Amino acid sequence: MNTGKNKGFFSKIPNAVWMVISVVTAFVLWTVIASTEAGGVVFAEPWEVGQQFVKALSNGSLWQHTSISLFRVLAGFGIGFVISIPVAFLMGWYAPFRNLVSPWIQFVRNIPPLAYIPLIIVGAGVGEQAKVIVIFIASFLVLVVTIYQGVLSVDVTLIKAAKVLGASDRDLFFKVVIPASTPYILTGARLGLSASLTTLVAAELTGASRGLGMMIQKASGYYDMSTVLMGILVIGVIGILFEKIVRFLERRLTGWQETISQ
Amino acid sequence: MAGNNLPVKVKIDNVVKKYSGRNGEMVALNGVSLDIHENEFVCVVGPSGCGKSTLLNIIAGLHEPTSGQVLVDGQAVSGPGPDRGVVFQQYALFPWLTVQKNVEFGLKLQGMAQDKAEQEAKKYIKMVDLEQFAQSYPKELSGGMKQRVAIARAYAINPKVLLMDEPFGALDAQTRTQLQTELLNTWEKEQKTCFFITHDVEEAIILAQRVIIMSARPGRIKEVVEISIPYPRTQETKMTKEFLDLKNHIWSQVYQEYLAIRK
Repeated sequence: MNTGKNKGFFSKIPNAVWMVISVVTAFVLWTVIASTEAGGVVFAEPWEVGQQFVKALSNGSLWQHTSISLFRVLAGFGIGFVISIPVAFLMGWYAPFRNLVSPWIQFVRNIPPLAYIPLIIVGAGVGEQAKVIVIFIASFLVLVVTIYQGVLSVDVTLIKAAKVLGASDRDLFFKVVIPASTPYILTGARLGLSASLTTLVAAELTGASRGLGMMIQKASGYYDMSTVLMGILVIGVIGILFEKIVRFLERRLTGWQETISQ
Repeated sequence: MAGNNLPVKVKIDNVVKKYSGRNGEMVALNGVSLDIHENEFVCVVGPSGCGKSTLLNIIAGLHEPTSGQVLVDGQAVSGPGPDRGVVFQQYALFPWLTVQKNVEFGLKLQGMAQDKAEQEAKKYIKMVDLEQFAQSYPKELSGGMKQRVAIARAYAINPKVLLMDEPFGALDAQTRTQLQTELLNTWEKEQKTCFFITHDVEEAIILAQRVIIMSARPGRIKEVVEISIPYPRTQETKMTKEFLDLKNHIWSQVYQEYLAIRK
């Protein structure tokens, strides 16, 4: 990487500038592709999408779609997060529990949410519950697998050190295992949030009147590609914002880690 | 005479430890008995795999013996406890806590109030001469500094017995010598019963009142060597004839055990 002697022109460009270059290049590519005959069928022009965006923003419909989708994503992810930590801990520490639960997780992990949505609709109806459940399952699976790795990676010597200093099982959990797994918990959060967003459209297939996923599906029915693209952009931007928030938390909470790049 | 005339602090009573593994049963310790007296400094040397770490873990209460028992002040050990402090070779500092918080860790588990724990911790950080680093994280410290924090942390809970498992094994020669001197100074000031494991014969002689030589697996006590060189011992002590004779003797005993493993 940029560690050696070859500190050239590119390594002097600050990250923020790179971000601008990246976004501008994407826009240029988009414009070029949209202006071709084949590309124009799929991609609306940026200005069309922009117009659509202003319209949807001013009549409040975009915010309605976005807010309900955000609620579903955060509720599903939040429940997944809270449940996955104790489950991952039990899997790491109690072999019988691990042997029981681990095959279930491996089994469900490979099934696309679209496949089990009919079951959820039958079980939970078409209300908010069904959407939150779909997102919960997707984020829980990613979270539990990642955090389980974290629990396994806790240094045994640290457990021993805490025990000889008088730690009870409760102390071990809250004062050693949780802080030691924090880097994995945050990685799990990042992957889990991303899984929540990627399942959003599928979750809103359970029948919704509002939501970004539903907005995209409805627009595609009318062949309204500028609305489809707008929905994609909004979901993408939310994803980047989530990523930034987790990165911020990582800097605050896991700065104690030994890193290679020091 | 064994070490000193003070009462027995730790009584290791016919401790046997067997592990059952894939290749059948493995005997790690085969009937180890030893009395360690109050404020005595005992070093254990032996080839790797002789069970010396297992013995330390049993005294610490982290492992259970298959038979036999360990008594501290006449009380049988049934688990880890704050009467026995442990210093590990890998430092085992909590990387997410500052030096100050690492040293406070055990004190707060004992139920000490925050301000009192803070003061106590400061005292021991001062003892190991790391006041300027109280707010640093372990990743910012060198190996020697980390081990000094670990020693401060073990001392802070004021244990009766200090158990050390090759604490200086991962350090370079100079740092190791320096920490040996510091440890001896501390031990002379704040007397404690010390059980110190090492594979370095010189280190054992410079520190200990008695050196315990362990045999290759299954681990037994092969010989107990009294070191009557008076304290304070310095680096010059290592040049004396008495020291060199002891070193030759202990080293050849350990080497025989090492050869026994090779066979």
